[in-house]
Amino acid sequence: MSTASVPLPNWINYGLIPLLNLIVAFLISGFVVWLIGESPLGALSLLIEGAFGSGEGIGFTLYYATSFIFTGLSVAVAIHAGLFNIGSEGQAYVGGLGCALVALALDRYVPWYVTMPIAVVGAGLFGAAWAFIPAFLQAKRGSHIVITTIMFNYIAAALMVYLLVHVLIVPGKMAPETRTFLDGGQLPKLGWVMSIFGSKLGAAPFNVSFIIALLAAWFVWILIWRTKLGFEMRTLGVSSTAAEYAGIPYARIVIIAMLLSGALAGMMALNPVMGSSARLQVEFVGGAGFVGIAVSLMGRNHPLGIIFAAILFGILYQGGDWISFEMPNITREMILVIQGLVILFAGALEYMFRPAMVHLYQQFKRA
Amino acid sequence: MDYYDIFISVLSSTIRLSIPLIFTALAGLFSERAGIFDIGLEGKMLGSAFAAACIAYLTGSAWLGLGAGIVCSVALSLVHGFASITNRGNQIVSGVAINFFIAGITIVLGQAWFGQGGRTPQLSAEARFAPIILPGADAARGIPILGPLYANVISGNNILTYLAFLAVPFSWWVLYRTRFGLRLRAVGENPGAVDTAGISVAWLRYRAVMCAGILCGFAGTYLAIAQSAAFIKDMSAGKGYIALAALVFAKWKPVPVMFACLLFGFLDALANFMQGKQVPLIGEVPVQVFQALPYILTCILLAGFIGVATPPKAGGVPYTKER
Repeated sequence: MSTASVPLPNWINYGLIPLLNLIVAFLISGFVVWLIGESPLGALSLLIEGAFGSGEGIGFTLYYATSFIFTGLSVAVAIHAGLFNIGSEGQAYVGGLGCALVALALDRYVPWYVTMPIAVVGAGLFGAAWAFIPAFLQAKRGSHIVITTIMFNYIAAALMVYLLVHVLIVPGKMAPETRTFLDGGQLPKLGWVMSIFGSKLGAAPFNVSFIIALLAAWFVWILIWRTKLGFEMRTLGVSSTAAEYAGIPYARIVIIAMLLSGALAGMMALNPVMGSSARLQVEFVGGAGFVGIAVSLMGRNHPLGIIFAAILFGILYQGGDWISFEMPNITREMILVIQGLVILFAGALEYMFRPAMVHLYQQFKRA
Repeated sequence: MDYYDIFISVLSSTIRLSIPLIFTALAGLFSERAGIFDIGLEGKMLGSAFAAACIAYLTGSAWLGLGAGIVCSVALSLVHGFASITNRGNQIVSGVAINFFIAGITIVLGQAWFGQGGRTPQLSAEARFAPIILPGADAARGIPILGPLYANVISGNNILTYLAFLAVPFSWWVLYRTRFGLRLRAVGENPGAVDTAGISVAWLRYRAVMCAGILCGFAGTYLAIAQSAAFIKDMSAGKGYIALAALVFAKWKPVPVMFACLLFGFLDALANFMQGKQVPLIGEVPVQVFQALPYILTCILLAGFIGVATPPKAGGVPYTKER
């Protein structure tokens, strides 16, 4: 009998197996560190020190995590409807345009708490708009969403470079970026959260968008498990034929799921654009859209899991910076290596350990 | 410079820019025709470029570099195969993982071994594939129209360029005129039927991804030690995805793959050429338009506005025997 159909308790499915995948990914990364001639344990302790050693480190960790929560949710919402959205990167990029336009228009007239909700809507709308065409093509013309969303990432990159170089650039400046937003277009930092724990935020750009990210996670949880739309999405995700027999409109659900996915990806832009650099810059997304794939896989597409996985990747990014600072032999790109391995083991090879687990579990139950 | 000279120079850079696309798109053709999606083309190309540059630098031999490029790329293909064939994992996820891993490891190892910010050291002339001057190229230069075409476009390329153009009819022959090719195409359409005929679906698919690995190895090697003289970080720069677009654009057929790659190569060459130049009536066309054009064209094709591109039926679906 195939071991794939043997039920396992949740703590194994959602706890032990992801943990095992993570450990294998880390062991191989440790091997790479050893290959370079550095100590894997030394690197690990630097990673932890960098991510948790100071208030500033924690602030950076949570800053990165904020972006990853948004993109992780974006990928997860699409996956629940059976769609693999590789386009979160491009949707976040275009979402940045929406949020920057709002900030540029309003920052001199109103305070940040008026700008923020409008910017959330702007970023979400632009992100959703960028997801709409691939969604429409999938729903109505049967083109593969994976391929169209990849194409749209590159189209977004070209479009945004064009806009920043030719349209939005500050006249007379060389850097392809918009002007710096005034106070009305900047999200306040969450220094007070740090001071509760008696430490200082320092220069870390940890900001209010973290709270929006948590709200978004809660919203996604309600949507997926507590609404009719969520039920329809999940049905479609499990079996599109079953959904069709149940009278669930395929095209409508695909488009709605992708619009939501794109909107969530777009909102990610709040964090770097309005929360950190206070301007729209070239390539500000910096791969966060792709990290979202890993985060969603690690977090088993559940909002709570995604929050934990996003913090884990935040630790990797901040700790990775620290390692590359302290061990110049190991460059920052080590993060990409670990990320690739996490995606491989948690995503593509997720069933590798399952037969062994099933075997062990059955022995354990018999005993 | 008169118009014909411009035409010749754009044409020769079109050829140069198309070669990695042709190899990579053919790689994708073998894999996807067997039912294995391959988003990891980009990573395999980059990985083999790094391996080729390292070994060519260490041994001073371009051919050993090519061998290393192929070995690296095939190894990555086997990882992809292990995940998506043996473990029935998600093929897209596996490809994405390979791209991430390679984008990181090439820079990490490059920096650790050579300390030049992820570059490999500059290669000497012997460690590269040098241009081959075809017989009579110099003599032909004087002949109007055809002379420059022969001397500057057809002659003066390196051996990998000629191999790329040979690989196209060869791939066609393998896919459409051999038993292996027939089975490979069948396994991408209906693996159940192939299984019923007593042929191993897994072994066939493994061979298909290995073919893809070999071809990607050529592409990466071309980038690092034929076109350039070193590995530069992120030097594949999205070419794997363009190749994927070309494959879709060519509707998963070998000869159209070549033409799609030439078209995308031409757009790239045109973008380089048009930089800062005025077009009559329109003015300066932003370079980004040309950069985005292959992707936009592919989406339009996928939408079914220029014929329908039907992917292999079993593409992306892991094969389970019991069903």
